[in-house]
Amino acid sequence: MAILGAIHPVLTAGLNGAVDNNSGWQLKDYVARGGYSVLKKILAEKTPPDEIITVIKASVLRGRGGAGFPTGLKWSFMPRSLPGDKYLVCNTDEGEPGTFKDRDLIRYNPHAVIEGMAIGAYAIGATRGYNYIHGEIWELYQRFEAALDEARAAGFIGQNIQGSGFGFELFAHHGYGAYICGEETALLESIEGKKGQPRFKPPFPASFGLYGKPTTINNTETFASIPFILKMGGEAFLNLGKPNNGGTKLFSVSGHVERPGNYEIPLGTPFAKLLEMCGGVRGGRKLKAVIPGGSSAPVLPADVILDATMDYDGISKAGSMLGSGAVIVMDETTCMVKALERLSYFYHEESCGQCTPCREGTGWLYQIVHRIENGAGRPDDLALLGDITANIMGRTVCALGDAAAMPVQSFIKHFRDEFAYHIEHKTCLVPKDVQWAGSGFHKAAEVR
Amino acid sequence: MFTTETLQKFAREVAKYPAGQQRSAVMACLALAQEEKGWLAPETIEAVAKYLELPPIAALEVATFYNMYDLKPVGKYKLTVCTNLPCALSGGYHAARYVQDKLGIAFGETTADGKFTLIEGECMGACGDAPVMLVNNRRMCGAMTPEQIDKLLEECK
Ligand SMILES: Cc1cc2nc3c(=O)[nH]c(=O)nc-3n(C[C@H](O)[C@H](O)[C@H](O)COP(=O)(O)O)c2cc1C
Ligand code: SF4
Ligand code: FES
Repeated sequence: MAILGAIHPVLTAGLNGAVDNNSGWQLKDYVARGGYSVLKKILAEKTPPDEIITVIKASVLRGRGGAGFPTGLKWSFMPRSLPGDKYLVCNTDEGEPGTFKDRDLIRYNPHAVIEGMAIGAYAIGATRGYNYIHGEIWELYQRFEAALDEARAAGFIGQNIQGSGFGFELFAHHGYGAYICGEETALLESIEGKKGQPRFKPPFPASFGLYGKPTTINNTETFASIPFILKMGGEAFLNLGKPNNGGTKLFSVSGHVERPGNYEIPLGTPFAKLLEMCGGVRGGRKLKAVIPGGSSAPVLPADVILDATMDYDGISKAGSMLGSGAVIVMDETTCMVKALERLSYFYHEESCGQCTPCREGTGWLYQIVHRIENGAGRPDDLALLGDITANIMGRTVCALGDAAAMPVQSFIKHFRDEFAYHIEHKTCLVPKDVQWAGSGFHKAAEVR
Repeated sequence: MFTTETLQKFAREVAKYPAGQQRSAVMACLALAQEEKGWLAPETIEAVAKYLELPPIAALEVATFYNMYDLKPVGKYKLTVCTNLPCALSGGYHAARYVQDKLGIAFGETTADGKFTLIEGECMGACGDAPVMLVNNRRMCGAMTPEQIDKLLEECK
């Protein structure tokens, strides 16, 4: 894979499309692109931390991990003057189905993440940090460790950075297969060496985080944006996007497009433009639906998404969430019942089991969608699914409960006829062989 | 119980965390132990706990919570195929079916010669490369067309 396209690239500028897996990521390459100059300048000039936070606030950088919370505001919550340890944590757990952008940032631009974290640590007064990396990407965990070694040797992390008296130790923590560890408090539990079960909030991590100390957690892409924002200025970054939606963002496009991959585009770019950059719908077929922000975001029918712009407010207005920027494209060969069945299975599998509505509810959702898909649906199943989702929403410790409920609600809302057809006729509206052919898997694989 | 090399790697992991927080290294040490032994037998988990000065249950809890630990013996090659929706739209199910047919086993099973174990996986953060397979938790393979799958299975000696 690679970065397949960009408009006004910031995070991927100078990577030349990043088609080659093994070059361009090293410290010397990053420095040649102007890397680490911001960190050096801040440390040399002893820039007041508040000034840094002010620039980040002005950029209206919103967290790229899913919730879109303003980063500058989050940083200002840290009790900087409180004595004792404080931590900075990067979330590269990237398990939200459809999302594969952080992986490419670690692959092609790991030093931007490291510089962003070092600047963040300076701004919030943290002296130690961890990057939690998704279990399945071992090769990139190793690359990040190699980048850390380079940064340490060059004196960009560690004790007394660039002779400034400021120290920041940074390490990588490798996950081992649990979607829930992407949730920030589950992630902290996991770093502590425990089961990844989310904590009750409040207290929030800014007051009680890693090892009970004040902690700030941001997504990989959020950190990678920091050096570039400080270099170009907050307003310049904001103006790349649109008001309240600053900057460019990476979108991971998967599913039924000609060229699935990562694209960096300004927030506010029309969806239709992004689709065009991906070469359009696979085989010139007709667009049916798009999940615009990772599997937890409500699905949108073709006509709605084709009128929408790719930014937090635009997608919210269209009735969904920008989430992690994972765009899952489905064309007319997709059976919506089958699609939902797979997602419901996922949430059931990955529920940490701590709250009853989520643990039991996700199981019920899967069983019912499964029986509809397999021709055993009952007439009142759609109403039943509605009831169950209503009993999950807002009644759980973390947002995984809502994340499991929202796909069910939105799939039924927009594709009710297809679900009703399944229940009545005990079969798919879209013939099985059409579905199989739609996936583009090689003709050699026999259709069964 | 563990080789010197593995013990050195354990120590390197423990050093990443503040003094007294060696429990944080339990995930990494279990993964390294599994790499050396092939799977996590109860006595292996206990030995990791002992190394980190933890009650055995603390290590066992972690080993059972995270999907990539193997608490039963697996084949020499553990193949995890992602079938989550984004991959499924680009042939995830088909790739899985193709491997199942070739090896004559279903998800969760191991071939009679003990060479392959097949696992159904969740999103690996590589959906743009679908169909995607992971070999022994370490090596990610993308664009797994039938030809690529044939090649991979042949390489697994
Ligand atoms: C179930 C669940 C899974 C999540 N997975 C991720 C993830 O993989 N990566 C991520 O950055 N944030 C994830 N989040 C969001 C984090 O909790 C957190 O909001 C985010 O890391 C904050 O960083 P940001 O403000 O820079 O976006 C997840 C949240 C939930 C509820
Ligand atoms: S909502 Fe689900 S995943 Fe989240 S804490 Fe409760 S049981 Fe665990
Ligand atoms: S859905 Fe298969 S890697 Fe993401």
